[in-house]
Amino acid sequence: MKTVEKIRKKILKAGIDGVTVTRHNGGICLSGEVGDYETVLEAGRLAVDKKHSRGVINDLRVKGEVENGMKVPCASDQSLDGRTPDVLVIGGGIVGCAILRALSRYEIEAMLIEKEYDVAVQQSSRNDGMIHAGIDLKPNSNKVKYNMRGNAMYDRLSAELDVPIDRCGQYVLFTAGWQRLIYPLIVARGRKNDIPLAYLGKKKMAEAIGSPGYGYGGFLCQGAGIVSPYLMTVALAENAVTNGCEVYLETAALSVENDGKRVTAVNTNRGRIYPKILINAAGVWADKIAETAGDRHFTLHPRKGEEIVLDKKARGFGKGVVGRFELKGSSGKNHTKGGGVIPTIDHNVLLGPSAYEVRDREDLSTTRAGIDAVFQKQKSSVTDLKQSDFITYFAGIRAATYEEEFVVERSPVIANLIQAAGIQSPGITAAPAIAEDVAKWVGEIFAEQNRPLAEKQNFNPYRKGIPSVQAMSKEERAELIRQNPDYGEIVCRCEEISKGEILDALRRPLASPTIDGVKRRVRAGMGRCQGGFCSPVVTALIAAECGIAPEQVTKKGGSSRLTLGRTEEEQ
Amino acid sequence: MKYDVVIIGGGPAGLSAACAFERKKCLLIEREGRLGGILKQCVHDGFGVIRYGEKLTGPEYAERLIDQVLTKQNVEIALKTFVVSIEKEGDLFRLTLTSASGMRTVETDRLIMANGCRERTPRQVGIHGTRPAGLMTAGVAQNFVNLMGLLPTKRCVILGSGDIGLIMARRLTLEGAEVVGVYEAKQAPSGLARNISQCLNDFGIPLYLGKTVTRVFGDERVTGCEIASVDEGMQPVAGTEERIACDAVIVSVGLIPENELSETLGVPMDGATKGATVDQNMQTEVKGVYSVGNCLHVHDLVDYVSETAETAARAIERERSGGKRIAIGRKGFLYFVPQAIDTGDYDGTLTAYFRSAKETLRATLKVIVNGEERMRRRYHNLKPPEAEKLTIELSLAPDDRVEFELEEERDE
Repeated sequence: MKTVEKIRKKILKAGIDGVTVTRHNGGICLSGEVGDYETVLEAGRLAVDKKHSRGVINDLRVKGEVENGMKVPCASDQSLDGRTPDVLVIGGGIVGCAILRALSRYEIEAMLIEKEYDVAVQQSSRNDGMIHAGIDLKPNSNKVKYNMRGNAMYDRLSAELDVPIDRCGQYVLFTAGWQRLIYPLIVARGRKNDIPLAYLGKKKMAEAIGSPGYGYGGFLCQGAGIVSPYLMTVALAENAVTNGCEVYLETAALSVENDGKRVTAVNTNRGRIYPKILINAAGVWADKIAETAGDRHFTLHPRKGEEIVLDKKARGFGKGVVGRFELKGSSGKNHTKGGGVIPTIDHNVLLGPSAYEVRDREDLSTTRAGIDAVFQKQKSSVTDLKQSDFITYFAGIRAATYEEEFVVERSPVIANLIQAAGIQSPGITAAPAIAEDVAKWVGEIFAEQNRPLAEKQNFNPYRKGIPSVQAMSKEERAELIRQNPDYGEIVCRCEEISKGEILDALRRPLASPTIDGVKRRVRAGMGRCQGGFCSPVVTALIAAECGIAPEQVTKKGGSSRLTLGRTEEEQ
Repeated sequence: MKYDVVIIGGGPAGLSAACAFERKKCLLIEREGRLGGILKQCVHDGFGVIRYGEKLTGPEYAERLIDQVLTKQNVEIALKTFVVSIEKEGDLFRLTLTSASGMRTVETDRLIMANGCRERTPRQVGIHGTRPAGLMTAGVAQNFVNLMGLLPTKRCVILGSGDIGLIMARRLTLEGAEVVGVYEAKQAPSGLARNISQCLNDFGIPLYLGKTVTRVFGDERVTGCEIASVDEGMQPVAGTEERIACDAVIVSVGLIPENELSETLGVPMDGATKGATVDQNMQTEVKGVYSVGNCLHVHDLVDYVSETAETAARAIERERSGGKRIAIGRKGFLYFVPQAIDTGDYDGTLTAYFRSAKETLRATLKVIVNGEERMRRRYHNLKPPEAEKLTIELSLAPDDRVEFELEEERDE
């Protein structure tokens, strides 16, 4: 009661009235109506009490407004109705896919459903692909714990799944002279988490980043790296499927049924599924799943980030990630490291991301003001960035909790529920470690049911990626073309992607026969012409491979057809 | 395998170059399965008026060149072949090629770059919002309609009054689609006047100047777009936004010469043309590398694309050794090609292509040699979107300083 009273006063003191504060499910629940969304957020932030509460359940509404619901795939059938998998994972982001892969090692029936046309469609493909060193993370947080473990797992993951990573390091620039004075504190913090740092003076830093920066030097986090986050997600899912797991795309969890102790069923657009264990990795919708699953103790508020993709030609600066040192604001509102200038594993450069709160959890639109601001900010550290090098830009939505913390737990309330929610940065880094813990809890639940998990005899941790002709030596490439001439024919000229690679993308264990699905797997259309030359050819290849008419081919599933019919001459 | 000449690109420029060689052993490399380049999808007519004295469609123009090149014993054609890399060793270029038959290396000491151009993308002109299907360049729309028989829209907005945009407005209308309007951010259309008249006016398609598309709506397929007026700095003006329902936004906002391969050879570029800086024979500043057609500068007319290619080919056949290269001073132009004169292989006649920096009713072009005006020529109604060709007799000595100046004439 004391906690409730304290929070109620805190909120009132901030000049917010009309908020009812109650205890619910071990958390703090806010309800009532307020004037605007900023107030909803502020009250939510004020209600955080990590010591005495499991989390903030923010049910505050803005007067006269209704929150947008989840976008649901148009597909509707009963193909999964009555299925009784041992484990059902909701969400095909990197966390869900890493979990599925971790489970694929065991003799259980594991299934993943994803509402989009492919895995890694939302935040897992809409981030900067960094394997974080963790220096900016709060000691003793879930974030830092999973980040450090996950970071250490990436080399092996990269080798097993044939997904390249680059430990290029992160250069953190001081933006003011006084910051040099607190460097010993930063080192001490790093030591707590085993993060080695190296100090770089003004000159050395300028050399390393290929730009004068701010002229105050900074430090290097050697443990930081980069990976293609969507390729890693696809690879995890593919490997899980190869090892006997099932992935269903365009399949949305609409609601969960529970009896107060256990999850009993999950309603989807493809029928009702009866899992023995449910894993909630539902990204921006995870709190809604938690609610119907019977254990909601956190609230997600969507926070958008916008990023710019630069041409490969722009990669004139140093090798690593360039960021700037920023102290987190005491108001708790500053939730970005300020973004950075980030090389990608495919040799482009990313600028960003920004961070600002939005209403719609699936608002993936970019804005002129947002992109301009990202550019101006990054240009202040790497001065020769050019607007003419923009290839494209994108936006993603972070699934932030008010605690700004990952919720990774076996539910203490619902016996067969495991949650991996509130995953934002450093989610890509953390995912494999989160998956390891989730798999351990699945084992626990099975053991409680006297069904110890048995490892598969024939589990194969290895996945062979689609060959990339562009990255091969001439001899390797010649040999590959001898085996299959399709690898000799280039379809995407900007990224030098062959017909063979595109056909491979369509024939993988988990394919998404769409323009964007192909793009995510082999980069056709990701270059400077953005599919101007290859998209008609890729359309024809998808149609031929899938045995459908070319006008049925979509950009990204659903109603996203590229063309709407035949021309009059063709009819 | 060594060739006298390797031509990269089998569009009108590459084909014209190949056709112009009589003796030299050439390899013509084309990435696609058919020769003709982008002409294959330009089914409208108006091509070849200068070169052939008749109006041809794009495919017909290409066909003439293809028929001719196929009769040439000295030209070898490699289709579905892609240049992976070019290494330079002294005067020799070693090209690594890939095709379904494998990897191969060819050598030459004369390279003709005929790489054409690509289209500027919607994102490059600041179209924000979501990323649905239906947001495409005019070239993609043209490919769908003319090569694949697919209709990419039923009701669209076209951004950009470049020629491809205008031609697609007409083409889509003829296919039964509704073109809500053509929007142009500049205060003047960028396409040819005849295309404004024949593609828009004749079909009652409105042209809106000083307006641009600022964002698109729709998650899966385009459901609409936002149009806004722009100020002199080409920035959208707040409060002028209007929303238009459509299923596609087709952008025709400029072409970018494709010179990524030339750049790997260190070929210097002209910031104005976005193509290589060349002499009157289309030789770049890297000896043995020639740049022709639309990768040199974006042409209005394919006839001149062919002309630049033939100029390069003839120079290579003449086998004259180069001499001193004089840079041409250029003032008052949007751009001026060539940017230099090779005095070692110069016959006293200079052909140049230029665009004026601004729209002028009357202007004078002056040729100044060593500070003295050698000749002047008057022009009427110059517009940046319409390129001019100039041929003059101009004798030069290797140490001369040459300047071309375009001056607007003002009424007193």
